[in-house]
Amino acid sequence: MATTYAHISPKVSAGSEGQEPKSKENQWFVVGFILLALYPFLDAFAGIDRLGSWGAIFVYVILAVGLNIVVGYAGLLDLGYAAFFAFGAYTIGLLTSPGSYFIQQGWVPEFLQHFWPALALSWVVAAFFGVILGAPTLRLRGDYLAIVTLGFGEIVPNFFLNADKITNGTRGLNPIAKPPSFTLFDHTVSFGPIDQRNWYWLILVIGTFSVLMIRRFHKSRLGRTWMAVREDEIAAASMGVNLVSTKLWAFALGASFAGFAGSVYASYFQYVHPSNFEFSVSVTILAMIILGGLGNIYGAIAGGLIIGFFDRILSEELNRPVHWLGGQLDIAFLSNHDVKQDKFLVFGLALVLMMLWRPEGLFPNSRRKSELHPETFEERMHEDQSMFETRDTDDHSVGERV
Amino acid sequence: MDFNVNLFVQLVIIGLANGALIALIALGYTMVYAIVELINFAHGEVFMMGAFLAFSVISYSGVTSKDPTFQIVGIAILAFLAAMCFSALINVGIDRFAYRRLRNAPRLAPLICAIGFSFILQQLAIYWKGANPLSPPALIPTKYRTYNILTEWFSLETKIRIRPLDLIVFGVTIPLLLALSWFVYKTRTGKAMRATAQDRDAAALMGIDINRTISVAFLVGGALAGAAGFIALYYNNTARPTMGFRYGLYAFTAAVLGGIGNLNGAVIGGFLIGLTWSMSDGFMKDYIPGWGAQWTPAVIFGLLVLTMVFRPGGIFGEQTAEKV
Repeated sequence: MATTYAHISPKVSAGSEGQEPKSKENQWFVVGFILLALYPFLDAFAGIDRLGSWGAIFVYVILAVGLNIVVGYAGLLDLGYAAFFAFGAYTIGLLTSPGSYFIQQGWVPEFLQHFWPALALSWVVAAFFGVILGAPTLRLRGDYLAIVTLGFGEIVPNFFLNADKITNGTRGLNPIAKPPSFTLFDHTVSFGPIDQRNWYWLILVIGTFSVLMIRRFHKSRLGRTWMAVREDEIAAASMGVNLVSTKLWAFALGASFAGFAGSVYASYFQYVHPSNFEFSVSVTILAMIILGGLGNIYGAIAGGLIIGFFDRILSEELNRPVHWLGGQLDIAFLSNHDVKQDKFLVFGLALVLMMLWRPEGLFPNSRRKSELHPETFEERMHEDQSMFETRDTDDHSVGERV
Repeated sequence: MDFNVNLFVQLVIIGLANGALIALIALGYTMVYAIVELINFAHGEVFMMGAFLAFSVISYSGVTSKDPTFQIVGIAILAFLAAMCFSALINVGIDRFAYRRLRNAPRLAPLICAIGFSFILQQLAIYWKGANPLSPPALIPTKYRTYNILTEWFSLETKIRIRPLDLIVFGVTIPLLLALSWFVYKTRTGKAMRATAQDRDAAALMGIDINRTISVAFLVGGALAGAAGFIALYYNNTARPTMGFRYGLYAFTAAVLGGIGNLNGAVIGGFLIGLTWSMSDGFMKDYIPGWGAQWTPAVIFGLLVLTMVFRPGGIFGEQTAEKV
């Protein structure tokens, strides 16, 4: 039998999306983790003093790998991902902040008013809302789905803003529970505002845990059904894939990691405010995974690190050279310019240029790349199934394409 | 709580004026969607750019309300036309530079591209005029006239206040809508647009230049957005780089509500959204006392989600054989 189907095997058997062999992948993963874990020593040694920024960047990387489940694996363009970030942050805020209505009413049991239980619960709450907000979008096509998720993404922070009885509205929630300190080899590991290094490691560990989990999901039966749905919904359904549960799982799991990120973020900054979850946050995260490469978790990590690095570190560091250059060339615009303002221009350009020149991202997933750059005539015939699978079957531009 | 008739009537007027604005923007969304099936996310920013150019022209001219009327009117017309041309050129430029290359790409590629452009344009506006709200020089008299029609006819204790600005909004919008209708239904190019919207391949086979027709749709949509930008600048007496996002999404909601691709639907949807906006601003805080007062985004986006999920063809259903 095997020989009979040899001619179709290359495409069919690429089950793990043509990734590198497992052992090599794991080696790189461990090396990367160790390098990142050792960075605080370099930071202290070289006097860089940027650990605080890296903590925030890692939170964004968690968001990126979470959104990659929905957009990259399952092919559902979610423009309201910040909503789930908000659900996570407000879960821990409402459970642990003294300003919270729930606390004041005495509705929160004592054991939940701590960081770790709240973190776990925020994961569940975000996943729950992922299903609630995902369910109505199930029968919508690609661009309609995107707009509906955008609508939810606007409604949720607007609700948190206006429900000021419960969420303190524009005043936000503060303070928020921190991880309890513990003793490790006679050192007290605490998470105060000056313990940047401990925070860095904590967020790194939570991020690594998320990445490991997502990697397992991706390689599971569920992960393969996500890709099947992304590539061709009708074919997947006729192979027995349950479209509803597959998509809902994608929404739930994608949202759940945003919940993680949200509660860590809230605890790290000790503050939750509706303006932290605007549309621009959703687009920033989308830019990360598009830059890195949709459908590739390492691409999402890389994109998150690159854009986060630009957003939090490079744009600040660039101010001085830009001002210097402006002074030398006598250009007032440059010498008074704050490069931090430019971030949305850069994100916008990243989205546009990637779509025009390298839609598969900087670190593409090999199968995706082959979809986006069809080499043979037959493959080009099937191009309309690529990337997000959104074209109608009666699409009138098919004729032009061939 | 008593129902405040006076407030209600005033809100209707505000809602209709805002609705006319939204209708102008919504037409741009709906025309482009009808022809290339693209949600032109940057359209709201194209509208904002129109407002910014109108502001630049007027403040550059240095005209004040003390100048003779014909001079004020002349500058206003100049600014109006300049805003229309500017927005139209931006819209066509984006299409030529980006969307055209993605015409055969998966549908979400141009959408993501459009989101990128919306951020780029917003940032360019900040470079141009700064992030703070701009207030245009006061040119239009703010005196209002009071009418008692409702009191005379229905013996309702209410006064209708109409500002010259309200009249200007309708005086500009209605001729534009009529002109658009004439353009789409009576001219050759309009016919080509309708044909392309119906079936692009068949239209191409009939000898219609598809790319040119698509450019015309972007041009006309952009020009209407520019006109709306000029009106919004004066109607709201302010312009800011972020105004395009809200207005753009509200207008998109209007287009969806009226059935996307349907010109008349977009106009009706625009007025509905305008009324929803003003009513929600005026009344929501009274009906849910003790909560915040800024429910309008939630109300309108809720409307958007409900329409898209339950009536994706719009409130008039799918009877849109002619999509433009």
